[in-house]
Amino acid sequence: MAYDFLDIKLIVNGEQVSARVPARMHLVDFLRMELELTGSHLGCEHGICGACSVRVDGVVVRGCLVLAAQCDGSDVLTIEGLSESKEVVDLQNTFVERNAMQCGFCTPGMLMTAAELLAKNDKMARNEIREFMSGNFCRCTGYHAIIDAIEITMEARREEERS
Amino acid sequence: MKSKGAITPLDRQHSYVGRNLSRDKAKRAVNGRGRYTDDITLPRTVHAAFVRSPYAHAMITDIDVDIAKAEEGVVLVMTGAELKELCTGPWVGTLSVFPTMKTAPQYPMAVDRACWQGEPVVMVVANSRAAAEDAAELVSITYKELPVVAHKETALEKNSNLVHPDLKDNLAYEKVIDTGDVGEAFAGADHVVEATFDFGRHTAVSLEPRAILASFEKDTEELTIYTSSQTPHMFQAIIARTLGLPEHKCRVVAPFVGGSFGLKIHSFGDEFAATAASLKLGRPVKFIADRLESFLTDIHARENTVTGKMAVSSQGKIEALEIDILSGVGAYSQYPRTSVFEANQILNITGGPYKHQNYKARMRVAYMNKVPTSQYRAVGHPIGNSVGEALVDLAAEKIGMDPVEIRRRNIMEDNSYPRTTASGIEVADMSHQKCLETLVERMKYDDLVQERNSLRAEGIFRGIGIAAFIKGTAPGPAGYYGAGGAPIASQDAATVKIEPSGNIICAVGVTDQGQGVDTVMQQITAGAVGVLPEMVRVIEGDTDATPYGGGTYASRATAIGGEATYQAALALRAELLRLAGALLQREPETLDIIDGNVVDLGTENIRMPLAEIGRIGHFQVAELPNDIQPQLSHTKRFRLNDALYIFTNGIHGAYVEVDCDTGFITLLKQWVVEDCGRVINPILADEQVRGGSVQGIGGALYEHCIYDDQAQLLNGSLIDYLVPMASEMPDIDVAHVQTHTGVSELGSKGVGESGTGASPAVVMNAVNDAISPFEAKVTVQPMTPDVLLKALNRI
Repeated sequence: MAYDFLDIKLIVNGEQVSARVPARMHLVDFLRMELELTGSHLGCEHGICGACSVRVDGVVVRGCLVLAAQCDGSDVLTIEGLSESKEVVDLQNTFVERNAMQCGFCTPGMLMTAAELLAKNDKMARNEIREFMSGNFCRCTGYHAIIDAIEITMEARREEERS
Repeated sequence: MKSKGAITPLDRQHSYVGRNLSRDKAKRAVNGRGRYTDDITLPRTVHAAFVRSPYAHAMITDIDVDIAKAEEGVVLVMTGAELKELCTGPWVGTLSVFPTMKTAPQYPMAVDRACWQGEPVVMVVANSRAAAEDAAELVSITYKELPVVAHKETALEKNSNLVHPDLKDNLAYEKVIDTGDVGEAFAGADHVVEATFDFGRHTAVSLEPRAILASFEKDTEELTIYTSSQTPHMFQAIIARTLGLPEHKCRVVAPFVGGSFGLKIHSFGDEFAATAASLKLGRPVKFIADRLESFLTDIHARENTVTGKMAVSSQGKIEALEIDILSGVGAYSQYPRTSVFEANQILNITGGPYKHQNYKARMRVAYMNKVPTSQYRAVGHPIGNSVGEALVDLAAEKIGMDPVEIRRRNIMEDNSYPRTTASGIEVADMSHQKCLETLVERMKYDDLVQERNSLRAEGIFRGIGIAAFIKGTAPGPAGYYGAGGAPIASQDAATVKIEPSGNIICAVGVTDQGQGVDTVMQQITAGAVGVLPEMVRVIEGDTDATPYGGGTYASRATAIGGEATYQAALALRAELLRLAGALLQREPETLDIIDGNVVDLGTENIRMPLAEIGRIGHFQVAELPNDIQPQLSHTKRFRLNDALYIFTNGIHGAYVEVDCDTGFITLLKQWVVEDCGRVINPILADEQVRGGSVQGIGGALYEHCIYDDQAQLLNGSLIDYLVPMASEMPDIDVAHVQTHTGVSELGSKGVGESGTGASPAVVMNAVNDAISPFEAKVTVQPMTPDVLLKALNRI
């Protein structure tokens, strides 16, 4: 079977990447299979579960609903890059302390979404945090601990700002 | 066994048991550095994709694979008939403990007849998953459709179509228990309440789908399998036996497992086919189920209809209970654990918290042309508890008694154990009374009742639910899998050893899928030996590196594996004290081990670090007297004796609001008080309960595998199959009563299913309380808006 291939140049986690990709390849397949960035996970491949959430040009998207070819010229950040940037190291530590994950498969996507929420720097009620996070499926925790971890981090950041 | 309440090393001030230790795996997961099966690729890996039956029942009359085979990148195409030739024989999903049970023999892929939509028919292996899927579309299969069994309600009728004509009918198994005198109790009862309950099919939806990477070395017959499994040793036994391989040369590794919930303890044909492909090719073969394949081929569960009636006195005494269970399973009984456990558990546990002694129950299990069903988190309990607890509420309503009060009068007393339930199961070390009173206090029940009543006057319909439960955890050896003939260990094992550095390695047969099993074993080992938790490394999930065990399922890891770990750690501790005594010329009884140092008992003056014993024990044994032969490594196994399970108990409370115009249910709050015996790590135990409760809520409110009359699944995606998301779920208050089990020294029981087992019951009771002003009742799960509106006569 013949495929179309496209040449793309993009930035992934701060590094320049050039690649020749099948036109039909999803961004998350490209990240996982070509760049070995296996922190983004595939849970449904139809845009519901949020396990493949990555940041493209500053916005969190579903890596399974974006083609690699669409990201030519883009700046892509995965959980690996987010971790190295230390942007949400406080949230990550709180996730561990609060046991806000079990199997960990949803966790990178949860953190990507939660990072976006924390960046807003708004004071949010618990039910608003729940609403914001409701595009990411977690089968293990029942969400209570995840919402706790985000709330604790949000409050700690505000506390730090005040002092 | 040690008498209850005795001080053990775990109760000491320096023990790390009972603390909220963080999980090492969590530290990796938050950085995206967990390593799941699909993250592992070996040199020359090829990928399998499957052509699956589009029909629920059809003869396969012709298969043409020539075009697919000729595609670039394709390395193997295998039909079910070809795979059959590589198998030692068919699977037969029966167990001798269910003597009259019958099922048809089954091969990993359909041979000449497909019996459910999604059954694998042809495997295509290619150098990428995309290439394999492309080529799979070029396989041409001719089917002749056969009559379909789509409904359990008609499956057992005389003229029904048959799933397997050789079996003569669709009845998998029938069982009746009849204790006391149910007939007389009902005849003489003050009141009888009765209802029929219907439970829809749902499935596990682990976020990581089923996954396998099989790599066979042709020259040495060594097979290495990475797979998302809860039960590596069972998988090793079954893969070796099915494919005729030397069992000791099959290594099964379960790396990070992305959720399991009982899904990943079964045999799935596509995984065996992928392994067979590796045998044939001598190359690593990977298969990762996609989400549609997961819905079509993962085990399903819960499809049951139960009619129940309860006799109650005017004073609120439950006199008798009778239930009739019709269980709809799939086309085969799932190998090797069968498809009849769900109904059997409903039969075992319905009405289990109560003192009545008149009980009659019948279960019938019917085959259908649907994907096989089997054990999924809290097997049968969500159904049995929903039925039993709904009947208790109906009885309370009938006699005008508060739901808490009727339970208070009928639950087994905390000082009345051991005893036998009406269904004949032995229970011990329970705390229904303490749990109930704790729940009432934590819910502020009286205030809540008042709030509900005053809001009702304003046209806001809120309801309070209560549901007591028992839960079978940690199955013993007498009853089920191993005793029934399946290669599944009911005991478990741990090896605890000291390294030259003085650090401790603990290798266990139980496995972790995110519950924190490894952390629990780390804490038990640290507590029992007397070292810091960071001095202990736990190894699990690798048949090459751990002692033989059953793995993790049925809430057994801490209760069984934890006791094995505790005993192995105590054995190492005793040896370390003997060695220290010899080196220090002291009686071992005068020494202790605290935080990795040998100290004087009592004064805690440090005498030597364990690193010193590690060094001498491994490298400089000449410093020890000649009559001491250091072992430095201790393996212990733990088995239950006669008990069928270690039963646990607890009680849920729920507060909900129903919008009677839309049928939408809002969960406001849930409470759980449960008794898992000794809690090793409170935060891990809490989150098991919370996560499990939400999984139960999913089944109660949203989740449903919907089939049409031709047994075609209509909602095989996460767009159409609804799961609980953060915005709909409530906060859940969790408390533990800790009545240690007397069957082990550790005293822990299972905790992983206490949420799921009774959450549907409490939500259904709360919903029915909310709509009680309309004299409406919901007895169907999932309780979708249309179910509610029908119950309310709005549509």
